[in-house]
Amino acid sequence: MSPGPSAAPGGTALHRFALGLACGVVLLIAAGALVKSKEAGLAVPDWPLSYGSLNPPRWWQIENVRAEHGHRLIAGAVALATVALAVLASRREPRRWVRRLAWTAVAAVLAQAVLGGITVLFFLPTAVSVGHAALAEIFLCLIVALAVVTSRRWRAAGAVDPGRAPASAGITSVSPVAATVATVLVYLQILIGAVMRHTGAGLAIPDFPLAFGRLVPPRFDFGIAIHYAHRLGALAVAVAVAAVLAAALRRARREPALAGAAGAMALLVVAQVALGAAVVLGGRAVPVNTAHVATGATLLAASFALTLMSWRLARPAREPRAVARAIGGLGEAAG
Amino acid sequence: MRKKNFLAALAILAAIVVVACGGAEKAPTETAKAPAAAPASGTASIAGTIAYANGDPDTAISMNADPKCATLHKEPVLTEKIVTGETGGLANVFVYVKAGLPAGKYPVPETTHLLDQKGCQYRPHVSGIRTGQKLIIRNSDPTLHNVHALPKVNQEFNQGQPFENMELERTFDKAEVMVRFKCDVHPWMSSYMGVVDHPFFAVSDAAGSFKIDGLPAGEYTLEAWHEELGTTTQKVSVTEGQAASVAFSFAAGGVPSS
Repeated sequence: MSPGPSAAPGGTALHRFALGLACGVVLLIAAGALVKSKEAGLAVPDWPLSYGSLNPPRWWQIENVRAEHGHRLIAGAVALATVALAVLASRREPRRWVRRLAWTAVAAVLAQAVLGGITVLFFLPTAVSVGHAALAEIFLCLIVALAVVTSRRWRAAGAVDPGRAPASAGITSVSPVAATVATVLVYLQILIGAVMRHTGAGLAIPDFPLAFGRLVPPRFDFGIAIHYAHRLGALAVAVAVAAVLAAALRRARREPALAGAAGAMALLVVAQVALGAAVVLGGRAVPVNTAHVATGATLLAASFALTLMSWRLARPAREPRAVARAIGGLGEAAG
Repeated sequence: MRKKNFLAALAILAAIVVVACGGAEKAPTETAKAPAAAPASGTASIAGTIAYANGDPDTAISMNADPKCATLHKEPVLTEKIVTGETGGLANVFVYVKAGLPAGKYPVPETTHLLDQKGCQYRPHVSGIRTGQKLIIRNSDPTLHNVHALPKVNQEFNQGQPFENMELERTFDKAEVMVRFKCDVHPWMSSYMGVVDHPFFAVSDAAGSFKIDGLPAGEYTLEAWHEELGTTTQKVSVTEGQAASVAFSFAAGGVPSS
């Protein structure tokens, strides 16, 4: 297959499309979080249809059906958009590995739909529901990767004169390894949070910031342990993001965009900790719960984008490897 | 390459269709019970009352999550979790013979047991059914419901009833006290059903009274179950032709006082 005549315009369209889709995926994750927060996962008992039809009667007027069926409709729109993105990539993207990445995203969103169906038909088994949450974040990262590698900035970082190293070679304000560590920690933290949510342990430790009035809970069961692990995970993420931010600020002049991204990550961490506290102190209020999950997904997306760019800037001539390294880090974390 | 991608997409879609169709609703599990010699029935009975001194007031439900449900009621609708009569009797207590019955299998009744969804509430709120007896679940509401049974030893099921007057049929194979039913669409809706393999059970009425008839003479363990207050048991001896009297009492906080 031959790429389109002009890679750059196609790349711009792809980039915008992928960027918009990444926002759609965050919205989809938030819709899923709303379903879980309202315990509405079984309000539509069949799948792939809803009450035997494409749209159940009065679905928009009934809260729990609106949550679950709305999640399915957004998922359908995201799946179709992902297929459209892959088709667009097949037509306009000259890099084979990017086209493959787009079709991998299609496979991921379809697998995600099947997982969602299985969890409904089997009454929300914890392992499947957590797997559904885990794959959602991987899918988000795939779309973020497509948005990043089709960006003008990514292409510019790889512009190499024959026989010369690129101007940006080896120069990056953020250590790629530090950024990868931060991304992996954010993903692990999301996984722990998913286990906590789907085992009903969100209020296993009822106070904040202490745990039963102490730094370490006086006793442990599974609920307390997973909840406490989520709090320790937040601490680890905060330290990792602070390290990334410190490195980015030291060389902010050279890479102001990366420094800005690191600053955004730090703000997201602060917001996320505040939301986590509000979840506990507010008794798991539905809007706060939902915002906590959506902010976590946004943080992961930002961290992953930063990781990709930092690898790209450090090794401009090895772009597929940069993506592979970043995704490989998540794969190891999930495994 | 395009053809390759297209074929790959087709294969993935086909896989989804196969999984979707294969994972569709399961047929209800009904086992045909082999007829067995039924133990002799008797003429003794147990009549009793359930007292609940700390009569906490029942709380009202908000049905705003489904405007159609809200329009079905002019008066406030209560949770029915704690329903007490004027004399302190406790309703919706499932009372059954837990132990002491002669061995054998009681014939399964031909009659059906109806669980209705009316006014976005289950009717009845608490009931009993026999193992193998046909259960009809009806939607009498002009809105959709899902019927989600949450047994621990029987088969769990969750089925949608999107239209008024829809009915579905189920049976429970194994004795289980209690099976909870809930509607995930309307979180306030719940019902509890005691599944027993004999006919000696009752649900206390609005005055807190119950009666179990047709018992053979003997000594039995009677259990009273309440959804909020837990369970309590008593031993009762009955003789043919006589009515034994039993008084259960529940205390606040879920701890039976006797």
